[in-house]
Amino acid sequence: MSKWTRRAFLTTSAVAGGGVVIGVAMRPGNQVNDLAAKIGPEGGKLVHTYVKIDQDNAVTAIIPHSEMGQGVHTALGQMLAEELEADWDQVNVVEAPALGEYANYSLGRTYLLTGIDFPKILIPSIDGAMMGVADSLDMQITGGSMSVRTSGILSMRVAGAATREMLERAAADAWNVPVEEVFAEKSFLVHGRTSRREPFSAFVNKVASMTPSYTPAFKRPEDYKIVGRYVPRRDIPSKVDGSAKFAMDVNLPGMLYATVLRSPVPGGKVVSMQDNDARNVEGVHEVLVIPSASYSTMVGGFTAGETVAVVADSYWSASKALQQIDVQWSEVGYEEVSSETIFSQFDKDISAKTERQADVTQGDAEAIFAGATKVIDAEYNVPFLAHTCMEPLNATADVRGGQAEIWVGCQNPLGFRRAVADSLGLESEKVKLHNHVMGGGFGRKSVPDYALQAAHISSMVGAPVQLIWSREEDVRQDFYRPAVKSRFRAAFDQEDNLIGWSNTYTNKNEPVEAPLIPYSVPAQDIGYVSSPTHVPFGAWRSVDHSQHGFFTESFIDEAAHAAQKDPFEFRANLLNDKPRHLAVLSKVADEAKWSDPLPAGRGRGISLQESFGSIVAQVVEVTVTNGKISVDRVVAAIDPGLAVAPDGLAAQIESGIIYGLTAAMYGEISIEEGAVVQGNFNDYESIRMDDSPVIETHIINSGHDIGGAGEPGTPGIAPAVANAVFDATGIRVRLLPLNNFDLNYLVEEEGVAG
Amino acid sequence: MSTSFSINGIAQSVDVDPSKPLLWVIREQLSLSGTKFGCGIGQCGACTVHVDGQAIRSCLTPVSSVEGKEVTTIEGLVSASGELHPVQQAWVDHQVPQCGYCQSGQIMSASALLARSPQPTDKEIDGALRGNICRCGMYGRIRKAIKSVDIAKADDALFYNVAEVDHV
Repeated sequence: MSKWTRRAFLTTSAVAGGGVVIGVAMRPGNQVNDLAAKIGPEGGKLVHTYVKIDQDNAVTAIIPHSEMGQGVHTALGQMLAEELEADWDQVNVVEAPALGEYANYSLGRTYLLTGIDFPKILIPSIDGAMMGVADSLDMQITGGSMSVRTSGILSMRVAGAATREMLERAAADAWNVPVEEVFAEKSFLVHGRTSRREPFSAFVNKVASMTPSYTPAFKRPEDYKIVGRYVPRRDIPSKVDGSAKFAMDVNLPGMLYATVLRSPVPGGKVVSMQDNDARNVEGVHEVLVIPSASYSTMVGGFTAGETVAVVADSYWSASKALQQIDVQWSEVGYEEVSSETIFSQFDKDISAKTERQADVTQGDAEAIFAGATKVIDAEYNVPFLAHTCMEPLNATADVRGGQAEIWVGCQNPLGFRRAVADSLGLESEKVKLHNHVMGGGFGRKSVPDYALQAAHISSMVGAPVQLIWSREEDVRQDFYRPAVKSRFRAAFDQEDNLIGWSNTYTNKNEPVEAPLIPYSVPAQDIGYVSSPTHVPFGAWRSVDHSQHGFFTESFIDEAAHAAQKDPFEFRANLLNDKPRHLAVLSKVADEAKWSDPLPAGRGRGISLQESFGSIVAQVVEVTVTNGKISVDRVVAAIDPGLAVAPDGLAAQIESGIIYGLTAAMYGEISIEEGAVVQGNFNDYESIRMDDSPVIETHIINSGHDIGGAGEPGTPGIAPAVANAVFDATGIRVRLLPLNNFDLNYLVEEEGVAG
Repeated sequence: MSTSFSINGIAQSVDVDPSKPLLWVIREQLSLSGTKFGCGIGQCGACTVHVDGQAIRSCLTPVSSVEGKEVTTIEGLVSASGELHPVQQAWVDHQVPQCGYCQSGQIMSASALLARSPQPTDKEIDGALRGNICRCGMYGRIRKAIKSVDIAKADDALFYNVAEVDHV
């Protein structure tokens, strides 16, 4: 989900006002008073941008990220509470409002400045500059598995420690004792020698006027009491009794309901429309055409075509009416395009190698392949995929009197606010955005098309409107995980050592390292060709890793078999300079009892993938019965550096695996006559309870930099399953989804798939 | 036309098109937002509620068909004194929800299963829950949570006779 690039950041930040250089003169100081006024009187005293302390000594951690199920509010709250020495039982977590002060400056700081050792004195200036840039770019992004490793480290931990230092200073002054002798413990300040002990709340007035440090002293990880421990997630109780408020649960006085339809072929405009029947449906207020919209954000631009909208007094009435509208859409030139023509185009473009760009050029690949004892080649394809968040896209808007109020679940509240403001021709300050917990995000809810639709409909009817997409619209008007074709060659010497790796694939996005391999292969030539399609691009859980994880970890398996080596041993032998990877791979092999024999019809497959700063290995066990694949068990090992919330991390790995397994087994968005064919869970299927494997996750806290959690589970499952299918049947599957294959037929008739 | 039924033990009468699905009556007319819209065609289970003890997909159920019947939603599983239903408590204990959007439906299906079969086999769990999609993929936790529920310790009043869901 990290669509934005370093180049884009630098370019845009320069445009935004001189970038880093001008920022050196910017000192953020204490923003608490201004902020408190904006946040309003919700009780308690703001003592730091991210910390409120109530009179009853409850601490509120203000979390600048969206909750879409990943547990970010709890994990970031843990990081803040740990450094603050707060009593976790008295800590609340809330999501930060969509205000510039809560822009993700730490995202940019980590991205741009990692590895640069700045003098401490410059850090406040740099942070101030970054905050200014992030604010002006409306960055309040949740994605890229970044929250813990950016805001967690640079905002929450700093806020907790800085607040603790201010509290200690205030107590020392009040008690007239040396500050070195005062310490914080479970939301109290303590001075041992004079047996003083007073709650944080006793010092909030003093602290609120102090300026927090940007470089406070941190605790040693071995002293952690909250981070790295199991704590129940704070959002879960509201998610078992129906009280959690998703955006669709907003109910405003006088609110109307709307549902929408866009052109099946992206970009089509309304040529003509028969809407008499729709207008006659009981409860229907209006049938509208909303103009097309396009927008550029740091997480990628988008264009959304014209929209037909029905506004009614009930979603059901609107939905019934929409089905009775006959729209003739304009032709846009893609009406002949199908999945077949797209993959033929990919094939042609890879073969032509026109303007091929290199990711890696190492050794003399040409010479190595020319002199190799053995060369194998293979080609892999994966289709487009939709996100299908459980909660269909929806937004509620009240746009009247030159102001707008928006209720939405999204992955970039500030970005959405700006997009709505620009689209309506308003200043950002005239738009108030309420972000809700999301019923899934997976990258889809970083694109504000649905919020813009709701805003326009409300503006046109002059009343509050709740827009709800049908599931069919959700599947057919997505921003899709791209289809990719990838062609490989591997070269071996006479001792069957892997000496050359060559790969050309279509269309690069992010992260840039996704097609790279961790294995020490002396000659490598990895690159891509551009082969654009009209299917809109979207960040989909793990982005390019989701395709390349399948490709590279399948083909390395092919290489192992070509070398007549055990797939685990083969990988392990190529990881001599990668001790963390080797440790993760060895851990998973041990836990899965890799070497134990399996009965006929069963198979094991392994994969290894580093993504978003974490290293994950997986072993999958499958049973193939009468050509049908059952995925029985997945053993995963992850080295995230440090697991801040171990159970939350395990849940994310389980989740990432099932999300990737759905793609591996069923996931296919196909294109016919330029349009998406699938529309609902009946033809765009999902893993369900009865085909869900047992998953066990093993965590290695290696002490390295903290890595991501939300996405790293996803890339490795498809190749591990395909490798297990090969182990069980001898059939190498090079096309997904697996359920497209009749393995029985392939065994008898062709001997190989793909 | 008016339809009368009981929702979470309270008599209600709604004056709506009798073909309007129960889901939208629950959400729009009765302002109970815990029951969710996910697909509209009975494929995902997010809208699962109990009608006279049977777990059904409310997105496909015309409100007229519940005339005179007892409807229970996720909000109605909590006891009058505010205590969580044992299935809800098991969901907390096993940290089941991620995004949580499907979980009302999962819990309604699971509570129906447990009322019918206090110690369900894996196969029974597969059968009763396969109509409920969880895109966050928390199936393993759901299974563990269901198996942990000790029906003997639960208040009998919480468990009426519930038949198995018919799956699409």
